[in-house]
Amino acid sequence: MTLHAIHSAAAHASDAHHAASHPILASLTVFILSIFIGIEVISRVPSLLHTPLMSGSNAIHGVILVGAMIVLGQANNMTEKVLGFFAVFLATLNVVGGFVVTDRMLGMFKSKPQAPKNEGANK
Amino acid sequence: MSRQTIIDVAYLVAAITFVLALKGLSSPKRARQGTIVGAVGMAVAVGATFFHQENGEGLKNIVPMVIAMVLGVVIAVPMSRFMKMTSMPQLIAIFNGVGGGAAALVAITEFLHQDVKTLPTYVVLEVVLGVLIGAMSFSGSAIAYAKLQELMTGRPITYPGQQIINGLVFLGAIALVVALLISPTNLLLWVLLGVSLIVGISFVLPIGGADVPVLISLLNSFTGLAVAASGFTLDSNVLIVAGTLVGASGILLTKMMSQAMGRSLPNIMFSAFGSATTGAAAAGADDRPVRSGTPDDIAVMLAYARKVIIVPGYGLAVAQAQHTVHELAQSLQSRGIEVFYAIHPVAGRMPGHMNVLLAEANVPYSELKEMDEANPEMSTADVVLVVGANDTVNPAAKTSPGSPIYGMPIINADEAKQIVFLKRSMRPGFAGIENELLYDPKTILLFGDAKDSLGKLVTAVKQA
Repeated sequence: MTLHAIHSAAAHASDAHHAASHPILASLTVFILSIFIGIEVISRVPSLLHTPLMSGSNAIHGVILVGAMIVLGQANNMTEKVLGFFAVFLATLNVVGGFVVTDRMLGMFKSKPQAPKNEGANK
Repeated sequence: MSRQTIIDVAYLVAAITFVLALKGLSSPKRARQGTIVGAVGMAVAVGATFFHQENGEGLKNIVPMVIAMVLGVVIAVPMSRFMKMTSMPQLIAIFNGVGGGAAALVAITEFLHQDVKTLPTYVVLEVVLGVLIGAMSFSGSAIAYAKLQELMTGRPITYPGQQIINGLVFLGAIALVVALLISPTNLLLWVLLGVSLIVGISFVLPIGGADVPVLISLLNSFTGLAVAASGFTLDSNVLIVAGTLVGASGILLTKMMSQAMGRSLPNIMFSAFGSATTGAAAAGADDRPVRSGTPDDIAVMLAYARKVIIVPGYGLAVAQAQHTVHELAQSLQSRGIEVFYAIHPVAGRMPGHMNVLLAEANVPYSELKEMDEANPEMSTADVVLVVGANDTVNPAAKTSPGSPIYGMPIINADEAKQIVFLKRSMRPGFAGIENELLYDPKTILLFGDAKDSLGKLVTAVKQA
């Protein structure tokens, strides 16, 4: 049974009354709803957070690591193994680097308690 | 619950954390929490994947998998920990590029793994899109990195017939996509990988250094879409959700960034911005007198002002003068002077980059005002101190329709009673355009490295 056969079987099982539905439709639904969420969720971002946001979303697409693990995990021949190995390696760079950079950037936004003399002068 | 259900629930949890992470990143208070939530979700997703089963078989090749991951961690952590904050855009470019590369490799490997003859056309389409977009993002990010790191010229690289050649390369890629849909073969897919890498390079070469950050944002969005395409291929909802979130929000973010620069996205991508302006700068350069002052003159001016607005730019960052500027601001504040920073949306090299750099120097968040908030206060400022900025205060953006930056929103430093420029030289800014404000009678220049000049001002203000 191929991957897609499994998927469509699963889709059909969970959605029995639409037995004839094309297997891609479930994925398309998720895709389209995600577009709306993606746009909605960042529609009010102050410009000072543009860079951290870019960096944070950069880390999130590192989830390709999950895909890389799956393709390496099912690799049979040398070509697949080598490609899968590099996919896992690159994806790990993406995830780890993305999160560490974002965290480091945001760490600098911590509102530190001001020294009392500055507090006075600010007023 | 079956094993698969538990794994799917873990993926669902991860998908939710990604949405929350992006949501958190939209507010300064919750941004860090958001990142941590996202990282936890990522760990959950990766952990769950170790238990993934395919046709009743667990994952193989666990040893090389773990080695690849350890290698990734060992390289990524020091890189992201110890790179200078001014190099932030380059780092993001690298980590984005490798993500794109990973997405392309995942798509290729899955394609090789499946039996090509039984593969439905829509799966081929998913694979092909993953390879095309992922590889473009990879090579494009690599060039963007080289430009920012100054491994190659930041100027747009153009040659005669470039638009036509780029068009042909792109058409070639499309033709390959169509050919693959009709008769999918491994060889064609490898050719597509090569052509996609070329598309990425030829797409980025003509883009000037100043526009590269917007480009990185766009490539970030591309990588997201490539990840989503791989998600379709692997029937993985968590990949589709995360990839699409990044793809959609990335496009919006790119649009917001280019708006902040007063330019449209197509204009940035296809106009080879800098090359047209070099001529303009050369023509505008002349020997008109400018007024330059000593640190003591300027210190007195600052010390007896009531309101001082600091406009920081990339020059401040390269001179690593964030701490010194903060020291100056504090010493002025201790004299009862109102001081705040006016941050242009594209100050530094990326939107928000300047805020990060100043935050690194412990400048309180409340003293950073965005351009729209700062501009109405400009006319009441006694002194505007422009540190290493140029284009973002250039009145040509308002007054000369022929200028390449015409229409870009600027900080209205020209409205202040006095303007002090700390500049390294009379060289024009990143966009390569002459700045009339330098010749304004209200303007005083202090030449030198931003950090040195600020240091002298700090000493002089104490004595004033």
